[in-house]
Amino acid sequence: MTDIIELRNLTKSFTGGIVAVNDLTFAVREGEFVTLLGPSGCGKTTTLRLVAGFEEPDAGRIVLGGRDVTDDPPYQRAVNTVFQDYALFPHMTVAQNVGYGLRIGGVARAEITGRVQDTLRMVDLLDKIDAMPNQLSGGQKQRVGLARAIIRRPKVLLLDEPLSALDVKLRESMQVELKHLHQRLGITFVLVTHDQKEALVMSDRVVVMDAGRIVQAGTPGELYDHPATPYVANFIGTSNLIPARVVGAQAGELLAEAGPLRLRAQADGTAHATGARVLLAVRPEKAILLPPGTATSGGASAIEGRVLERFFHGNAVRVSVDIGQAEPFMVDVQLQRALGEADMPGTGAAVLLAIEPGSVNVFADTAGVRA
Amino acid sequence: MRLATRRRFTAAGILGGPLAWTLVFMFVPYAIMFTYSFYTRQFPTMVPDFQFGNYLALFADPQYYQVLLRTIKIAVLVTIAAVALAYPLAYFLVFKVASARLRTALYVAVIVPLWVSYLLRAYTWKTILGSEGVLNSFLVWTGILDQPTDLFLYNQFAMVLTLTYIFVPFCVMPIYASLEKIPASLKEASKDLGVGPFRTFLAVTLPLSVPGILAGATFTFSLTMGDFVAPFLVGGADGALIATVVQSQFGTALNWPLGSALSMVMLFIVLTIITLSDRLERAGRLDLG
Repeated sequence: MTDIIELRNLTKSFTGGIVAVNDLTFAVREGEFVTLLGPSGCGKTTTLRLVAGFEEPDAGRIVLGGRDVTDDPPYQRAVNTVFQDYALFPHMTVAQNVGYGLRIGGVARAEITGRVQDTLRMVDLLDKIDAMPNQLSGGQKQRVGLARAIIRRPKVLLLDEPLSALDVKLRESMQVELKHLHQRLGITFVLVTHDQKEALVMSDRVVVMDAGRIVQAGTPGELYDHPATPYVANFIGTSNLIPARVVGAQAGELLAEAGPLRLRAQADGTAHATGARVLLAVRPEKAILLPPGTATSGGASAIEGRVLERFFHGNAVRVSVDIGQAEPFMVDVQLQRALGEADMPGTGAAVLLAIEPGSVNVFADTAGVRA
Repeated sequence: MRLATRRRFTAAGILGGPLAWTLVFMFVPYAIMFTYSFYTRQFPTMVPDFQFGNYLALFADPQYYQVLLRTIKIAVLVTIAAVALAYPLAYFLVFKVASARLRTALYVAVIVPLWVSYLLRAYTWKTILGSEGVLNSFLVWTGILDQPTDLFLYNQFAMVLTLTYIFVPFCVMPIYASLEKIPASLKEASKDLGVGPFRTFLAVTLPLSVPGILAGATFTFSLTMGDFVAPFLVGGADGALIATVVQSQFGTALNWPLGSALSMVMLFIVLTIITLSDRLERAGRLDLG
């Protein structure tokens, strides 16, 4: 597939010396659903605004569909934006809002009417065609914003935190709808969000940003299972981070020591010298909670601990276990028909945690990268 | 005491003062004026009566209705000129001045003249436009004119110019406020949809700033309608406005009933304009949130 957006060494700073986007190089493939993910202030929104043309880069080029658009104003770029605050024109009806770009672009009236109806049908809002924006709910407003942005069939649809103002239920259903819309339209979607769940659910590829730079880019699965840094490990999902020291390596495995604990981890290709400080990251659902004294299978590390607290999540229980480290270890237990909350060990109970080497990610513990 | 009763007493305590003030110093004088407008003049005073002679005189005697028409014409011209000057200025302040500090400084610079005596500001134009004034001196100095002209002063043009200058801040303020309220994302959305800056202005910015234009125009129109300083200072022979006539009826002419009737007509015109503008503004009021 060809690249539809190419960002080359893009840099943008604002008055006061804040570098919002720092030497960013990145490409989006045609038809892809890419999400820029990061906390507020990481430069994800600025990146999107640079692509839309609302901001001018200090340095670097933006190539859209093979054409350098760095110096083009927003109204000459083949992208359309869905705004966080909807940005609907309050003095126009839904139909006028959606048809706005076509109307001023000189498209024939009859064609506009048809296309407005088709597009509103697509977002399931045909019955509101004559409503004014202030008569709509938040979710409906965002659908109008979406319809208005896709009616011109842009090469790329830019979505700036489009769901952040909606409540949880609505947000989840809109996530599914957006994904379906992406499949149906076949155009490239670039979404900006700080919500890691949203990023994982919707995207083909997620770009994690921090301080104006890309920390890691990959499929949701790659990012979740093989985070490149502790920052990613903790930003996408949660991870138990255990500071440790490498004490040995053998047969593709690494042995690390954290106080009295000894953990085996699968070597990920990066060489960690014996004695090096590392951070071990383990997902709460990858550890297995067992009764004390259970024999663990060959490779898994066995850690003894004591239950501190239990948190009921409905479909799962998160158990906080004291394993003699500064931070308690969180382990998720999926509840099933034959395994209810009542079967969980109570506070103070001794337990055993089994952790497969493949479930442990190892990071060099350089100061400052710890999330 | 029950909470509701207590609240009512508190409300009465807070609102009582201003209400009494408005009643005694606004409604009572208006009522007196309204009553006078039906009285009969009996030089040098008047006698209580109920007759419409004063009103009829206003519309029968060209001397009066022509002044009224002239006043409306001047007010319309001043309003158009003030809005035409204030809009670009407010637009520039809101959208083109990047630094917030500079914007505030410039905005204050627009407002500051309001703190200077009105008379002084009107008088300034006399020194600019007069035959010995700045403009004439300049034109003679550059050789454009051989000798000073008195074309600039003591006419309706001088009046429109002076009144426009005086009332521009009243136009800038509401237009500035209405432009500032327009979210930046609306203009971005318009451009994002392929619409250039000029069409964006016509389709988005201008319609959304109509409430500010209406408010500014209403201020300017109403204030011009009641002005009597500009005609006195720069207006000249054909420059009498309705307020000048009212003043003379209560002064030298000693015809209070006619003056009252004129005042009532003015009040009616201004209230009509305010009501209309309020209706329009309400009809077009939008949620910019």
